Amino acid sequence: MRSYLAEFSVISPRSLDEALWALKQRPAPAPIAGGTDLMVLLNAGQLPPGAYLNLHSIPELRRPIEFVNGEACFGALTTYADARRHPEIRKRLPMLCLAAREIGALQIQSRGTWAGNIVNASPAADGVPALMAYDAAVELSSASGVRSVALADFYSGYKQTARRPDELVTAIRIPVPEKEAVQYYRKVGTRKFQAISKVLLAGIMVLGKDRRIKKIRLVYASVMPYTYRARAVEAVLEGRVPDGAAIKAAVAALRSELKPIDDVRSTAAYRLRVACNLLEEFLSASSPSRGEARRG
Amino acid sequence: MTAKISFTLNGKPWTGNVHPLKRLLDTLREDAGLTGTKEGCGEGECGACTVFLDGQVVMSCMVPTCQAEGKKVTTIEGLVSDGDLHPMQDCFIQEGGAQCGICTPGMIMAAVAYANDPDSAEDMREALAGNLCRCTGYTRIYESVKKAMEKMSVSEIR
Ligand SMILES: Cc1cc2nc3c(=O)[nH]c(=O)nc-3n(C[C@H](O)[C@H](O)[C@H](O)COP(=O)(O)OP(=O)(O)OC[C@H]3O[C@@H](n4cnc5c(N)ncnc54)[C@H](O)[C@@H]3O)c2cc1C
Ligand code: FES
Ligand code: FES
Repeated sequence: MRSYLAEFSVISPRSLDEALWALKQRPAPAPIAGGTDLMVLLNAGQLPPGAYLNLHSIPELRRPIEFVNGEACFGALTTYADARRHPEIRKRLPMLCLAAREIGALQIQSRGTWAGNIVNASPAADGVPALMAYDAAVELSSASGVRSVALADFYSGYKQTARRPDELVTAIRIPVPEKEAVQYYRKVGTRKFQAISKVLLAGIMVLGKDRRIKKIRLVYASVMPYTYRARAVEAVLEGRVPDGAAIKAAVAALRSELKPIDDVRSTAAYRLRVACNLLEEFLSASSPSRGEARRG
Repeated sequence: MTAKISFTLNGKPWTGNVHPLKRLLDTLREDAGLTGTKEGCGEGECGACTVFLDGQVVMSCMVPTCQAEGKKVTTIEGLVSDGDLHPMQDCFIQEGGAQCGICTPGMIMAAVAYANDPDSAEDMREALAGNLCRCTGYTRIYESVKKAMEKMSVSEIR
């Protein structure tokens, strides 16, 4: 059923200050960025009636991707197309391009935003795991100030986020990883493109000269009720050489850390098995991948 | 709640009083009277509603009309110049790239965007992957696009 438009109102602010002021209303208006999540709900008659805040009218939010102090900085309206087309993103943050390619077709990538993917908080989001593996931070602005939250600390449960209703995501900061970092991004779905994932792993690993793991990030989508960083497994692996014994220990740790969801797209048992297989595949890739991450 | 919304439609200024959340698809068809743009799914999956928004391909069923404010919108009707079909349209006719025609306007918009900027996708298949066709089996569509791209000199590309 279509929604009845008379039940909806839209505020199109002319400046960021005006937008943040509008967000002080109770209930706070819900931001609309690219609309690729919200318009689906509207068309299906499932969008809650009320006030919405059009982010496209705010000039401050429409800034290009910048690199500042070794970090890429995305704005609220940075789209997947923007990232895919950016030569520095392709070279230095290749998982973001792999993730962008996964998200709908080009007509969705030209509209959908990274900030929208973060705030929508789907456990199956494809952009969030890549950002989280890169240690991205989310800048949240409200009329009372600006704060920054690590994306890895942003989620606490299904659709539970650190964002208050009066806050806008105004930037996403993504540190460029070490040159020698091994990067891994693999989505397992029912077909190659344009399918929601059953399991996804985004990983980063930096080895020291002694081949011991100096830093590792393991981020899973579609396994837990929110995009999940497997910190216990990371702790097992840090300081170890990723050899057969370490991989075995990591897989055992993953089995006890993950409590996979069971839904229409897949079973918990399948998800756990594939999550372990992806971890093994990633840890076995010992040479820097230069972004040639695999896809499934 | 309606609002005055203005954008450039196929090169000419357009202004209308529409609800800001009304789908650009519906504004084009109902308020601007341009019914070339089609609706298939209404959920961003089929591409029948593809138009250009400031030169980029978008699904017009996913765009609230307020976000077209001040922008350039190009629809299938805007590809015709001085009564002549765009070379992409000609080639779809000649090569049998259209059968029932429901997917065709969106398919042609996606194809023209790719022809204008081949770097926007890895290849033609990816460029057209957001456009579903239940009739042709795609082979004739790919042939149409290839032929049009050969024919289109850079100056002809719009
Ligand atoms: C056909 C189709 C295919 C898709 N395929 C995929 C896919 O493969 N993988 C995937 O991950 N997603 C997919 N999506 C979902 C969607 O495209 C993404 O989640 C996208 O990133 C959402 O961004 P948006 O700007 O369009 O969000 P919107 O719909 O505008 O907003 C989404 C949510 O974020 C909030 N929000 C947006 N911006 C801000 C901000 N700056 N501050 C605070 N809150 C904000 C909104 O209030 C809303 O709750 C698909 C969608 C469609 C229609
Ligand atoms: S009608 Fe818009 S994508 Fe199908
Ligand atoms: S020609 Fe009928 S759907 Fe494509």
